[in-house]
Amino acid sequence: MKNTANSNDYVAAQTGVTPAVQAKGVHKAFGSLHVLKGIDLTVMPGTVTVILGPSGSGKSTFLRLINQLETLTGGEIDVDGEMIGYKWVDKNGQRVLQTLDDKQIAAQRAKLGMVFQRFNLFPHMTTLENVMEAPVHVAHKSKAEAREEAIKELQRVGMGERLDYYPMQLSGGQQQRVAIARALAMHPDIMLFDEPTSALDPELVGEVLNVMRSLAKAGMTMICVTHEIGFAREVADQIVFMDGGVVVEKGGPEIIDNPTEPRFKDFLNHVL
Amino acid sequence: MATNKNESDGLNIPNRINALPVKRIGPVVAGVIVALLAAMLVYGMIVNPNFEWPVVWKYLFNENVLAGIGWTLWITVLSMVIAIVLAIILAIMRKSINPVLRGVSWFFIWFFRGTPVYTQLVFWGLISVLVPKLGLGIPFTSVTFWSVDTQDVITAFRAAVIGLALNEAAYLSEIVRAGLEAVDPGQAEAAEALGMRRSLIMRRIILPQAMRIIIPPTGNETIGMLKTTSLVLAVPFTLDLQFATNAIANRIYKPIPLLIVACFWYLLITSILMVIQSRLEKHFGKGFDARPIGTKGKQPPLPGKTEGEPKDDIQKQNQATMAGLTA
Repeated sequence: MKNTANSNDYVAAQTGVTPAVQAKGVHKAFGSLHVLKGIDLTVMPGTVTVILGPSGSGKSTFLRLINQLETLTGGEIDVDGEMIGYKWVDKNGQRVLQTLDDKQIAAQRAKLGMVFQRFNLFPHMTTLENVMEAPVHVAHKSKAEAREEAIKELQRVGMGERLDYYPMQLSGGQQQRVAIARALAMHPDIMLFDEPTSALDPELVGEVLNVMRSLAKAGMTMICVTHEIGFAREVADQIVFMDGGVVVEKGGPEIIDNPTEPRFKDFLNHVL
Repeated sequence: MATNKNESDGLNIPNRINALPVKRIGPVVAGVIVALLAAMLVYGMIVNPNFEWPVVWKYLFNENVLAGIGWTLWITVLSMVIAIVLAIILAIMRKSINPVLRGVSWFFIWFFRGTPVYTQLVFWGLISVLVPKLGLGIPFTSVTFWSVDTQDVITAFRAAVIGLALNEAAYLSEIVRAGLEAVDPGQAEAAEALGMRRSLIMRRIILPQAMRIIIPPTGNETIGMLKTTSLVLAVPFTLDLQFATNAIANRIYKPIPLLIVACFWYLLITSILMVIQSRLEKHFGKGFDARPIGTKGKQPPLPGKTEGEPKDDIQKQNQATMAGLTA
Protein backbone atom coordinates (compact mmCIF):
# COMPACT_ATOMS: atom_id res chain seq x y z
CA MET A 1 0.00 0.00 0.00
CA LYS A 2 1.27 3.39 -0.97
CA ASN A 3 0.87 6.14 1.59
CA THR A 4 1.51 9.58 0.14
CA ALA A 5 0.94 13.00 1.67
CA ASN A 6 -1.23 13.92 4.68
CA SER A 7 -1.35 10.60 6.43
CA ASN A 8 -4.32 10.96 8.73
CA ASP A 9 -2.97 8.52 11.27
CA TYR A 10 0.01 10.82 11.62
CA VAL A 11 -2.22 13.89 11.89
CA ALA A 12 -4.32 12.23 14.55
CA ALA A 13 -1.28 11.19 16.55
CA GLN A 14 0.29 14.65 16.34
CA THR A 15 -2.70 16.85 17.08
CA GLY A 16 -4.53 14.63 19.56
CA VAL A 17 -7.80 15.22 17.69
CA THR A 18 -10.09 12.18 17.82
CA PRO A 19 -10.72 10.84 14.31
CA ALA A 20 -14.35 10.93 13.15
CA VAL A 21 -14.01 7.41 11.81
CA GLN A 22 -11.16 5.01 12.32
CA ALA A 23 -11.09 1.56 10.76
CA LYS A 24 -8.51 -0.91 12.06
CA GLY A 25 -7.90 -4.10 10.12
CA VAL A 26 -11.50 -4.41 9.01
CA HIS A 27 -12.51 -7.76 7.53
CA LYS A 28 -15.88 -8.76 6.14
CA ALA A 29 -16.93 -12.12 4.77
CA PHE A 30 -20.33 -13.10 3.40
CA GLY A 31 -20.29 -16.85 3.93
CA SER A 32 -17.10 -18.01 2.24
CA LEU A 33 -16.83 -14.83 0.17
CA HIS A 34 -14.06 -12.67 1.62
CA VAL A 35 -15.08 -9.14 0.62
CA LEU A 36 -12.88 -6.92 2.78
CA LYS A 37 -9.39 -8.08 3.61
CA GLY A 38 -8.01 -5.74 6.21
CA ILE A 39 -9.00 -2.11 5.72
CA ASP A 40 -7.20 0.60 7.69
CA LEU A 41 -8.56 4.08 7.28
CA THR A 42 -8.68 7.27 9.32
CA VAL A 43 -11.10 10.09 8.60
CA MET A 44 -10.54 13.36 10.47
CA PRO A 45 -13.48 15.57 11.50
CA GLY A 46 -14.47 18.18 8.93
CA THR A 47 -12.79 16.41 6.03
CA VAL A 48 -14.11 14.76 2.90
CA THR A 49 -12.95 11.27 2.01
CA VAL A 50 -13.79 9.86 -1.39
CA ILE A 51 -13.56 6.11 -1.90
CA LEU A 52 -12.97 5.06 -5.50
CA GLY A 53 -12.80 1.61 -6.95
CA PRO A 54 -14.27 -0.79 -9.47
CA SER A 55 -17.58 -2.44 -8.61
CA GLY A 56 -17.14 -5.43 -6.35
CA SER A 57 -14.11 -3.89 -4.67
CA GLY A 58 -15.98 -3.78 -1.34
CA LYS A 59 -16.33 -0.01 -1.03
CA SER A 60 -20.10 -0.04 -0.48
CA THR A 61 -19.73 -2.88 2.02
CA PHE A 62 -17.19 -0.82 3.92
CA LEU A 63 -19.59 2.13 4.08
CA ARG A 64 -22.42 -0.11 5.25
CA LEU A 65 -20.16 -1.51 7.99
CA ILE A 66 -19.57 1.98 9.35
CA ASN A 67 -23.35 2.41 9.66
CA GLN A 68 -23.85 -1.13 11.00
CA LEU A 69 -26.09 -2.20 8.16
CA GLU A 70 -23.66 -5.12 8.03
CA THR A 71 -21.84 -6.70 10.95
CA LEU A 72 -18.05 -6.87 11.14
CA THR A 73 -16.35 -10.21 10.67
CA GLY A 74 -13.03 -8.97 11.98
CA GLY A 75 -11.20 -5.83 13.07
CA GLU A 76 -12.65 -2.71 14.61
CA ILE A 77 -14.32 0.53 13.57
CA ASP A 78 -14.44 3.53 15.89
CA VAL A 79 -16.77 6.46 15.36
CA ASP A 80 -15.84 9.56 17.35
CA GLY A 81 -13.42 7.35 19.27
CA GLU A 82 -16.13 4.88 20.31
CA MET A 83 -16.04 1.29 19.09
CA ILE A 84 -19.21 0.48 17.15
CA GLY A 85 -21.35 -2.63 17.43
CA TYR A 86 -19.56 -4.14 20.43
CA LYS A 87 -18.11 -3.36 23.80
CA TRP A 88 -15.49 -5.08 25.92
CA VAL A 89 -16.77 -6.79 29.04
CA ASP A 90 -15.17 -8.94 31.72
CA LYS A 91 -16.36 -12.52 31.77
CA ASN A 92 -14.69 -14.84 34.28
CA GLY A 93 -11.71 -12.55 34.36
CA GLN A 94 -11.37 -12.50 30.58
CA ARG A 95 -12.02 -9.59 28.29
CA VAL A 96 -14.60 -10.58 25.68
CA LEU A 97 -16.67 -8.70 23.12
CA GLN A 98 -20.34 -8.17 23.92
CA THR A 99 -22.74 -7.31 21.08
CA LEU A 100 -24.58 -4.05 21.70
CA ASP A 101 -28.38 -4.13 21.86
CA ASP A 102 -30.75 -2.42 19.41
CA LYS A 103 -31.03 0.72 21.51
CA GLN A 104 -27.27 1.20 21.81
CA ILE A 105 -26.78 0.56 18.11
CA ALA A 106 -29.51 3.06 17.25
CA ALA A 107 -27.74 5.64 19.43
CA GLN A 108 -24.45 5.04 17.59
CA ARG A 109 -26.19 5.32 14.24
CA ALA A 110 -27.63 8.68 15.23
CA LYS A 111 -24.16 10.18 14.71
CA LEU A 112 -24.18 9.01 11.09
CA GLY A 113 -26.35 10.08 8.21
CA MET A 114 -26.56 7.88 5.16
CA VAL A 115 -27.55 8.53 1.56
CA PHE A 116 -28.26 5.55 -0.69
CA GLN A 117 -27.75 4.92 -4.37
CA ARG A 118 -31.47 4.29 -4.83
CA PHE A 119 -32.66 7.13 -2.56
CA ASN A 120 -34.88 4.81 -0.47
CA LEU A 121 -37.31 7.60 0.33
CA PHE A 122 -40.50 6.40 2.01
CA PRO A 123 -42.94 6.36 -0.92
CA HIS A 124 -46.07 6.64 1.24
CA MET A 125 -44.95 9.92 2.78
CA THR A 126 -44.61 13.38 1.30
CA THR A 127 -41.25 15.12 1.03
CA LEU A 128 -41.90 16.96 4.29
CA GLU A 129 -43.10 13.82 6.10
CA ASN A 130 -40.01 11.93 4.93
CA VAL A 131 -37.73 14.53 6.49
CA MET A 132 -39.84 14.88 9.68
CA GLU A 133 -40.15 11.12 10.30
CA ALA A 134 -36.95 10.50 12.27
CA PRO A 135 -36.89 13.80 14.22
CA VAL A 136 -40.46 13.15 15.42
CA HIS A 137 -40.35 9.40 16.03
CA VAL A 138 -36.69 8.85 16.92
CA ALA A 139 -35.54 12.16 18.41
CA HIS A 140 -39.05 12.79 19.86
CA LYS A 141 -39.21 16.41 18.83
CA SER A 142 -42.55 18.19 18.67
CA LYS A 143 -44.19 18.14 15.27
CA ALA A 144 -44.04 21.92 15.01
CA GLU A 145 -40.33 22.04 15.78
CA ALA A 146 -39.55 19.11 13.47
CA ARG A 147 -41.57 20.72 10.70
CA GLU A 148 -39.72 24.00 11.00
CA GLU A 149 -36.34 22.26 10.92
CA ALA A 150 -37.39 19.97 8.07
CA ILE A 151 -38.39 22.94 5.95
CA LYS A 152 -35.02 24.53 6.70
CA GLU A 153 -33.16 21.38 5.63
CA LEU A 154 -35.28 21.07 2.49
CA GLN A 155 -34.58 24.69 1.58
CA ARG A 156 -30.88 23.99 2.11
CA VAL A 157 -30.99 21.33 -0.62
CA GLY A 158 -33.20 23.48 -2.84
CA MET A 159 -36.38 21.47 -2.28
CA GLY A 160 -38.31 24.02 -0.24
CA GLU A 161 -40.95 24.32 -2.96
CA ARG A 162 -41.84 20.62 -3.05
CA LEU A 163 -42.96 19.96 0.52
CA ASP A 164 -46.20 18.18 -0.33
CA TYR A 165 -44.95 16.11 -3.26
CA TYR A 166 -44.70 12.37 -2.97
CA PRO A 167 -41.29 10.88 -3.91
CA MET A 168 -42.85 9.32 -6.99
CA GLN A 169 -43.71 12.74 -8.31
CA LEU A 170 -40.10 13.91 -8.11
CA SER A 171 -37.19 13.38 -10.47
CA GLY A 172 -34.31 11.18 -9.33
CA GLY A 173 -32.15 14.20 -8.58
CA GLN A 174 -34.90 15.78 -6.51
CA GLN A 175 -35.49 12.52 -4.64
CA GLN A 176 -31.83 12.25 -3.81
CA ARG A 177 -31.74 15.82 -2.52
CA VAL A 178 -34.73 15.06 -0.28
CA ALA A 179 -32.87 11.95 0.92
CA ILE A 180 -29.90 14.16 1.85
CA ALA A 181 -32.21 16.54 3.73
CA ARG A 182 -33.77 13.57 5.52
CA ALA A 183 -30.35 12.43 6.72
CA LEU A 184 -29.32 15.98 7.71
CA ALA A 185 -32.48 16.46 9.77
CA MET A 186 -31.02 14.15 12.42
CA HIS A 187 -27.98 16.44 12.72
CA PRO A 188 -25.37 13.75 12.08
CA ASP A 189 -21.67 14.38 12.71
CA ILE A 190 -20.72 12.33 9.68
CA MET A 191 -22.47 11.83 6.34
CA LEU A 192 -22.02 8.62 4.36
CA PHE A 193 -22.80 8.68 0.64
CA ASP A 194 -23.16 5.34 -1.14
CA GLU A 195 -22.90 6.10 -4.86
CA PRO A 196 -25.45 8.91 -4.55
CA THR A 197 -25.43 9.77 -8.25
CA SER A 198 -25.12 6.33 -9.86
CA ALA A 199 -28.86 5.86 -10.38
CA LEU A 200 -29.35 9.32 -11.90
CA ASP A 201 -29.67 10.54 -15.46
CA PRO A 202 -26.50 12.41 -16.45
CA GLU A 203 -28.23 15.80 -16.47
CA LEU A 204 -29.43 15.31 -12.89
CA VAL A 205 -26.04 14.42 -11.39
CA GLY A 206 -24.95 18.06 -11.11
CA GLU A 207 -27.74 19.18 -8.75
CA VAL A 208 -26.91 16.43 -6.26
CA LEU A 209 -23.16 17.07 -6.45
CA ASN A 210 -23.82 20.78 -5.84
CA VAL A 211 -25.62 19.98 -2.61
CA MET A 212 -22.76 17.70 -1.54
CA ARG A 213 -20.24 20.40 -2.44
CA SER A 214 -21.99 22.97 -0.26
CA LEU A 215 -22.16 20.46 2.59
CA ALA A 216 -18.43 19.90 2.32
CA LYS A 217 -17.84 23.66 2.34
CA ALA A 218 -19.95 23.96 5.50
CA GLY A 219 -17.45 21.64 7.20
CA MET A 220 -19.43 18.39 7.25
CA THR A 221 -17.38 15.23 7.69
CA MET A 222 -18.16 13.13 4.63
CA ILE A 223 -17.28 9.71 3.30
CA CYS A 224 -18.40 9.28 -0.30
CA VAL A 225 -18.32 6.21 -2.46
CA THR A 226 -18.64 7.60 -5.96
CA HIS A 227 -17.47 7.38 -9.55
CA GLU A 228 -17.44 11.17 -9.98
CA ILE A 229 -13.71 11.76 -10.41
CA GLY A 230 -14.18 15.49 -11.02
CA PHE A 231 -16.05 15.85 -7.74
CA ALA A 232 -13.37 13.85 -5.95
CA ARG A 233 -10.55 16.00 -7.31
CA GLU A 234 -12.33 19.21 -6.39
CA VAL A 235 -13.80 18.43 -2.97
CA ALA A 236 -11.90 15.54 -1.40
CA ASP A 237 -9.26 15.95 1.28
CA GLN A 238 -8.46 12.27 1.10
CA ILE A 239 -8.77 9.84 -1.80
CA VAL A 240 -8.91 6.11 -1.15
CA PHE A 241 -8.66 3.64 -4.00
CA MET A 242 -9.94 0.16 -3.19
CA ASP A 243 -9.70 -2.98 -5.27
CA GLY A 244 -10.23 -6.62 -4.37
CA GLY A 245 -11.12 -5.83 -0.77
CA VAL A 246 -7.95 -3.90 0.09
CA VAL A 247 -6.90 -0.25 0.01
CA VAL A 248 -4.53 -0.08 -2.94
CA GLU A 249 -3.62 3.58 -2.74
CA LYS A 250 -4.59 6.55 -0.62
CA GLY A 251 -3.57 10.15 -0.35
CA GLY A 252 -4.59 13.72 -1.13
CA PRO A 253 -6.60 14.68 -4.21
CA GLU A 254 -3.37 15.10 -6.19
CA ILE A 255 -3.00 11.31 -6.49
CA ILE A 256 -5.78 11.33 -9.08
CA ASP A 257 -3.44 13.13 -11.46
CA ASN A 258 -0.34 11.28 -10.30
CA PRO A 259 -1.35 7.74 -9.43
CA THR A 260 1.52 5.47 -8.44
CA GLU A 261 -0.12 2.07 -8.28
CA PRO A 262 -0.67 0.44 -11.69
CA ARG A 263 -4.15 -0.79 -10.73
CA PHE A 264 -5.21 2.76 -9.79
CA LYS A 265 -3.71 4.09 -13.04
CA ASP A 266 -5.60 1.47 -14.97
CA PHE A 267 -8.88 2.32 -13.18
CA LEU A 268 -8.47 6.05 -13.82
CA ASN A 269 -7.77 5.40 -17.50
CA HIS A 270 -11.08 3.59 -17.72
CA VAL A 271 -13.24 6.17 -15.96
CA LEU A 272 -11.65 9.43 -17.10
CA MET B 1 -64.73 7.32 -37.47
CA ALA B 2 -64.80 10.94 -38.42
CA THR B 3 -67.19 11.91 -35.64
CA ASN B 4 -64.85 10.64 -32.93
CA LYS B 5 -63.62 13.50 -30.75
CA ASN B 6 -60.01 13.17 -29.78
CA GLU B 7 -57.86 15.04 -27.32
CA SER B 8 -55.34 15.59 -30.09
CA ASP B 9 -57.93 17.39 -32.25
CA GLY B 10 -56.56 20.81 -31.34
CA LEU B 11 -53.04 19.93 -32.45
CA ASN B 12 -51.76 20.94 -35.85
CA ILE B 13 -51.05 17.61 -37.53
CA PRO B 14 -50.72 17.64 -41.31
CA ASN B 15 -52.13 14.68 -43.25
CA ARG B 16 -54.04 13.46 -40.21
CA ILE B 17 -55.09 9.84 -40.70
CA ASN B 18 -58.83 9.35 -40.66
CA ALA B 19 -59.16 5.75 -41.82
CA LEU B 20 -62.19 3.46 -41.64
CA PRO B 21 -61.89 0.68 -39.08
CA VAL B 22 -61.63 -3.01 -40.03
CA LYS B 23 -65.08 -4.57 -40.41
CA ARG B 24 -65.62 -7.35 -37.90
CA ILE B 25 -68.86 -9.33 -37.85
CA GLY B 26 -67.98 -11.75 -35.02
CA PRO B 27 -68.24 -9.32 -32.08
CA VAL B 28 -71.60 -8.02 -33.31
CA VAL B 29 -73.08 -11.53 -33.56
CA ALA B 30 -71.70 -12.51 -30.15
CA GLY B 31 -73.06 -9.31 -28.60
CA VAL B 32 -76.54 -9.91 -29.98
CA ILE B 33 -76.63 -13.53 -28.81
CA VAL B 34 -75.46 -12.73 -25.27
CA ALA B 35 -77.85 -9.77 -24.95
CA LEU B 36 -80.70 -11.97 -26.08
CA LEU B 37 -79.85 -14.68 -23.55
CA ALA B 38 -79.62 -12.10 -20.76
CA ALA B 39 -83.00 -10.62 -21.73
CA MET B 40 -84.55 -14.11 -21.70
CA LEU B 41 -83.16 -14.77 -18.24
CA VAL B 42 -84.50 -11.50 -16.79
CA TYR B 43 -87.89 -12.00 -18.47
CA GLY B 44 -88.08 -15.55 -17.16
CA MET B 45 -87.33 -14.38 -13.63
CA ILE B 46 -90.07 -11.78 -13.76
CA VAL B 47 -92.84 -13.91 -15.24
CA ASN B 48 -92.01 -17.26 -13.58
CA PRO B 49 -94.62 -17.54 -10.78
CA ASN B 50 -92.39 -19.92 -8.78
CA PHE B 51 -90.16 -17.01 -7.78
CA GLU B 52 -93.16 -15.62 -5.90
CA TRP B 53 -92.06 -12.00 -5.91
CA PRO B 54 -94.91 -10.87 -3.66
CA VAL B 55 -93.63 -13.24 -0.96
CA VAL B 56 -90.10 -11.93 -1.47
CA TRP B 57 -91.38 -8.41 -1.03
CA LYS B 58 -93.39 -9.35 2.06
CA TYR B 59 -90.38 -10.82 3.89
CA LEU B 60 -87.65 -8.53 2.56
CA PHE B 61 -87.97 -6.22 5.58
CA ASN B 62 -89.24 -8.82 8.06
CA GLU B 63 -87.89 -8.00 11.51
CA ASN B 64 -86.24 -11.43 11.95
CA VAL B 65 -84.50 -10.94 8.62
CA LEU B 66 -83.32 -7.44 9.59
CA ALA B 67 -82.07 -8.74 12.93
CA GLY B 68 -80.30 -11.54 11.02
CA ILE B 69 -78.52 -8.93 8.89
CA GLY B 70 -77.39 -7.20 12.07
CA TRP B 71 -75.98 -10.39 13.55
CA THR B 72 -74.32 -11.40 10.28
CA LEU B 73 -72.65 -8.01 9.95
CA TRP B 74 -71.58 -8.02 13.59
CA ILE B 75 -70.02 -11.50 13.28
CA THR B 76 -68.30 -10.53 10.03
CA VAL B 77 -66.80 -7.32 11.39
CA LEU B 78 -65.76 -8.78 14.74
CA SER B 79 -64.16 -11.91 13.35
CA MET B 80 -62.37 -9.95 10.58
CA VAL B 81 -60.94 -7.43 13.06
CA ILE B 82 -59.69 -10.22 15.34
CA ALA B 83 -58.39 -12.14 12.32
CA ILE B 84 -56.47 -9.14 10.95
CA VAL B 85 -54.77 -8.40 14.28
CA LEU B 86 -53.93 -12.08 14.73
CA ALA B 87 -52.74 -12.38 11.12
CA ILE B 88 -50.30 -9.48 11.50
CA ILE B 89 -48.91 -11.03 14.68
CA LEU B 90 -48.63 -14.44 12.98
CA ALA B 91 -46.93 -12.95 9.91
CA ILE B 92 -44.40 -11.06 12.01
CA MET B 93 -43.79 -14.21 14.10
CA ARG B 94 -43.28 -16.14 10.88
CA LYS B 95 -40.47 -13.75 9.88
CA SER B 96 -38.96 -13.71 13.37
CA ILE B 97 -35.38 -14.81 14.04
CA ASN B 98 -36.73 -16.84 16.98
CA PRO B 99 -37.36 -20.45 15.83
CA VAL B 100 -40.01 -21.08 18.52
CA LEU B 101 -42.14 -18.16 17.30
CA ARG B 102 -41.64 -19.24 13.68
CA GLY B 103 -42.64 -22.81 14.53
CA VAL B 104 -45.77 -21.85 16.45
CA SER B 105 -46.89 -19.56 13.63
CA TRP B 106 -46.27 -22.29 11.07
CA PHE B 107 -48.22 -24.82 13.14
CA PHE B 108 -51.16 -22.45 13.61
CA ILE B 109 -51.43 -21.83 9.87
CA TRP B 110 -50.96 -25.52 9.09
CA PHE B 111 -53.74 -26.55 11.47
CA PHE B 112 -56.36 -23.89 10.80
CA ARG B 113 -55.87 -23.93 7.05
CA GLY B 114 -55.76 -27.69 6.94
CA THR B 115 -59.15 -28.42 8.53
CA PRO B 116 -62.60 -27.36 7.24
CA VAL B 117 -64.05 -24.27 8.85
CA TYR B 118 -67.32 -26.15 9.43
CA THR B 119 -65.47 -28.78 11.48
CA GLN B 120 -63.71 -26.07 13.44
CA LEU B 121 -67.01 -24.36 14.22
CA VAL B 122 -68.52 -27.61 15.52
CA PHE B 123 -65.39 -27.97 17.65
CA TRP B 124 -65.80 -24.50 19.16
CA GLY B 125 -69.44 -25.32 19.87
CA LEU B 126 -68.24 -28.32 21.89
CA ILE B 127 -65.43 -26.50 23.66
CA SER B 128 -67.23 -26.58 27.03
CA VAL B 129 -67.35 -30.38 26.79
CA LEU B 130 -63.64 -30.51 26.02
CA VAL B 131 -62.58 -27.91 28.60
CA PRO B 132 -65.33 -27.53 31.21
CA LYS B 133 -63.58 -24.86 33.25
CA LEU B 134 -61.33 -21.93 32.37
CA GLY B 135 -59.09 -20.57 35.08
CA LEU B 136 -55.89 -18.93 36.23
CA GLY B 137 -53.39 -21.03 38.11
CA ILE B 138 -49.92 -22.48 38.07
CA PRO B 139 -49.37 -24.43 34.84
CA PHE B 140 -48.81 -28.21 35.12
CA THR B 141 -50.19 -28.26 38.67
CA SER B 142 -53.71 -28.43 40.12
CA VAL B 143 -53.34 -25.04 41.80
CA THR B 144 -55.98 -22.55 40.56
CA PHE B 145 -56.63 -19.05 41.84
CA TRP B 146 -59.75 -18.32 39.83
CA SER B 147 -61.95 -20.20 37.41
CA VAL B 148 -65.26 -20.00 35.49
CA ASP B 149 -67.46 -22.43 33.62
CA THR B 150 -66.45 -22.46 29.97
CA GLN B 151 -70.02 -22.41 28.74
CA ASP B 152 -70.64 -19.12 30.56
CA VAL B 153 -67.68 -17.49 28.78
CA ILE B 154 -67.83 -19.13 25.38
CA THR B 155 -71.40 -18.41 24.33
CA ALA B 156 -72.64 -19.57 20.94
CA PHE B 157 -71.98 -16.11 19.54
CA ARG B 158 -68.44 -15.97 20.91
CA ALA B 159 -67.72 -19.51 19.73
CA ALA B 160 -68.86 -18.51 16.25
CA VAL B 161 -66.64 -15.41 16.22
CA ILE B 162 -63.60 -17.22 17.64
CA GLY B 163 -64.00 -20.10 15.19
CA LEU B 164 -64.31 -17.85 12.15
CA ALA B 165 -61.55 -15.49 13.31
CA LEU B 166 -58.94 -18.18 13.95
CA ASN B 167 -59.64 -19.86 10.63
CA GLU B 168 -59.49 -16.54 8.79
CA ALA B 169 -56.30 -15.47 10.57
CA ALA B 170 -54.49 -18.47 9.10
CA TYR B 171 -55.38 -17.39 5.57
CA LEU B 172 -54.84 -13.69 6.17
CA SER B 173 -51.40 -14.19 7.73
CA GLU B 174 -50.16 -15.58 4.43
CA ILE B 175 -51.53 -12.50 2.67
CA VAL B 176 -49.88 -10.23 5.23
CA ARG B 177 -46.59 -12.10 4.91
CA ALA B 178 -46.63 -11.69 1.14
CA GLY B 179 -47.31 -7.97 1.64
CA LEU B 180 -44.45 -7.56 4.10
CA GLU B 181 -42.06 -9.39 1.80
CA ALA B 182 -43.04 -7.20 -1.14
CA VAL B 183 -41.67 -4.07 0.54
CA ASP B 184 -38.20 -3.21 -0.72
CA PRO B 185 -35.50 -4.10 1.87
CA GLY B 186 -33.94 -0.70 1.11
CA GLN B 187 -36.83 0.87 3.02
CA ALA B 188 -35.89 -0.87 6.26
CA GLU B 189 -32.22 0.00 5.69
CA ALA B 190 -32.98 3.67 5.20
CA ALA B 191 -35.10 3.65 8.36
CA GLU B 192 -32.37 1.83 10.31
CA ALA B 193 -29.84 4.37 9.11
CA LEU B 194 -32.08 7.08 10.58
CA GLY B 195 -31.86 5.33 13.95
CA MET B 196 -35.32 3.78 13.91
CA ARG B 197 -35.83 0.60 15.94
CA ARG B 198 -37.31 -2.61 14.56
CA SER B 199 -40.82 -2.19 15.96
CA LEU B 200 -40.99 1.42 14.81
CA ILE B 201 -39.80 0.48 11.32
CA MET B 202 -42.47 -2.19 11.12
CA ARG B 203 -45.22 0.17 12.29
CA ARG B 204 -44.27 3.35 10.44
CA ILE B 205 -42.48 2.16 7.30
CA ILE B 206 -43.11 -1.48 6.39
CA LEU B 207 -46.76 -2.04 7.37
CA PRO B 208 -48.19 1.10 5.70
CA GLN B 209 -46.53 0.10 2.45
CA ALA B 210 -47.50 -3.54 2.80
CA MET B 211 -51.12 -2.44 3.36
CA ARG B 212 -51.27 -1.37 -0.26
CA ILE B 213 -50.65 -4.97 -1.28
CA ILE B 214 -52.64 -6.50 1.58
CA ILE B 215 -55.90 -4.51 1.16
CA PRO B 216 -57.29 -5.94 -2.10
CA PRO B 217 -57.08 -9.62 -1.09
CA THR B 218 -58.26 -8.73 2.42
CA GLY B 219 -61.33 -7.09 0.89
CA ASN B 220 -61.90 -10.34 -0.94
CA GLU B 221 -61.55 -12.27 2.31
CA THR B 222 -64.04 -9.96 4.04
CA ILE B 223 -66.61 -10.61 1.35
CA GLY B 224 -65.87 -14.33 1.71
CA MET B 225 -66.28 -14.03 5.48
CA LEU B 226 -69.69 -12.38 5.08
CA LYS B 227 -70.90 -15.52 3.38
CA THR B 228 -68.97 -17.97 5.55
CA THR B 229 -70.99 -16.63 8.51
CA SER B 230 -73.88 -18.72 7.12
CA LEU B 231 -71.98 -21.75 8.49
CA VAL B 232 -72.26 -20.64 12.14
CA LEU B 233 -75.25 -22.95 12.31
CA ALA B 234 -72.57 -25.56 13.04
CA VAL B 235 -71.84 -24.04 16.47
CA PRO B 236 -74.95 -23.78 16.63
CA PHE B 237 -75.61 -20.05 16.41
CA THR B 238 -79.10 -19.40 15.04
CA LEU B 239 -79.69 -15.69 14.61
CA ASP B 240 -77.73 -14.89 11.43
CA LEU B 241 -79.29 -13.93 8.09
CA GLN B 242 -79.08 -17.37 6.49
CA PHE B 243 -80.70 -19.10 9.46
CA ALA B 244 -83.37 -16.39 9.87
CA THR B 245 -84.53 -16.66 6.24
CA ASN B 246 -84.32 -20.44 6.36
CA ALA B 247 -86.48 -20.55 9.47
CA ILE B 248 -89.18 -18.46 7.81
CA ALA B 249 -88.97 -20.63 4.68
CA ASN B 250 -89.50 -23.76 6.73
CA ARG B 251 -92.44 -22.20 8.53
CA ILE B 252 -94.32 -21.12 5.35
CA TYR B 253 -93.06 -23.94 3.10
CA LYS B 254 -91.72 -21.47 0.52
CA PRO B 255 -87.94 -21.92 0.32
CA ILE B 256 -87.26 -20.13 -2.99
CA PRO B 257 -88.55 -16.61 -2.25
CA LEU B 258 -86.74 -16.63 1.10
CA LEU B 259 -83.51 -17.68 -0.60
CA ILE B 260 -83.97 -14.67 -2.86
CA VAL B 261 -84.42 -12.45 0.20
CA ALA B 262 -81.14 -13.79 1.60
CA CYS B 263 -79.37 -13.31 -1.75
CA PHE B 264 -80.65 -9.75 -2.03
CA TRP B 265 -79.21 -8.75 1.33
CA TYR B 266 -75.92 -10.58 0.86
CA LEU B 267 -75.51 -8.87 -2.52
CA LEU B 268 -76.33 -5.45 -1.08
CA ILE B 269 -73.83 -5.82 1.77
CA THR B 270 -71.17 -7.14 -0.62
CA SER B 271 -71.69 -4.08 -2.83
CA ILE B 272 -71.21 -1.77 0.15
CA LEU B 273 -68.07 -3.68 1.16
CA MET B 274 -66.72 -3.23 -2.36
CA VAL B 275 -67.13 0.54 -2.08
CA ILE B 276 -65.33 0.55 1.28
CA GLN B 277 -62.54 -1.57 -0.21
CA SER B 278 -61.95 0.82 -3.09
CA ARG B 279 -61.84 3.76 -0.61
CA LEU B 280 -59.23 1.93 1.46
CA GLU B 281 -57.19 1.10 -1.62
CA LYS B 282 -57.15 4.76 -2.52
CA HIS B 283 -56.05 5.73 0.99
CA PHE B 284 -53.16 3.28 1.16
CA GLY B 285 -52.22 3.99 -2.45
CA LYS B 286 -51.07 7.46 -1.36
CA GLY B 287 -47.88 8.30 -3.18
CA PHE B 288 -48.44 5.47 -5.66
CA ASP B 289 -51.27 7.11 -7.62
CA ALA B 290 -49.48 6.95 -10.94
CA ARG B 291 -48.78 3.25 -10.47
CA PRO B 292 -52.15 1.57 -10.70
CA ILE B 293 -52.40 -1.73 -8.84
CA GLY B 294 -53.00 -4.78 -10.95
CA THR B 295 -52.36 -3.32 -14.37
CA LYS B 296 -51.10 -5.91 -16.77
CA GLY B 297 -47.86 -5.75 -18.62
CA LYS B 298 -44.89 -3.57 -17.84
CA GLN B 299 -45.11 -1.75 -14.57
CA PRO B 300 -42.61 0.86 -13.49
CA PRO B 301 -40.55 -0.25 -10.49
CA LEU B 302 -41.28 1.18 -7.04
CA PRO B 303 -39.21 4.20 -6.03
CA GLY B 304 -36.94 2.11 -3.84
CA LYS B 305 -36.45 -0.37 -6.63
CA THR B 306 -35.60 1.87 -9.57
CA GLU B 307 -33.07 0.39 -11.88
CA GLY B 308 -31.87 3.75 -13.01
CA GLU B 309 -33.98 6.75 -13.71
CA PRO B 310 -34.99 6.44 -17.39
CA LYS B 311 -37.23 3.40 -16.80
CA ASP B 312 -39.36 5.42 -14.43
CA ASP B 313 -39.95 8.28 -16.82
CA ILE B 314 -40.35 10.53 -13.81
CA GLN B 315 -39.29 13.48 -15.94
CA LYS B 316 -42.41 13.17 -18.02
CA GLN B 317 -44.66 12.89 -14.98
CA ASN B 318 -42.97 15.93 -13.55
CA GLN B 319 -43.55 17.88 -16.71
CA ALA B 320 -47.16 16.78 -16.66
CA THR B 321 -47.51 17.90 -13.05
CA MET B 322 -45.82 21.20 -13.79
CA ALA B 323 -48.01 21.75 -16.81
CA GLY B 324 -51.01 21.05 -14.62
CA LEU B 325 -49.85 23.52 -12.02
CA THR B 326 -49.12 26.34 -14.41
CA ALA B 327 -52.25 25.82 -16.50
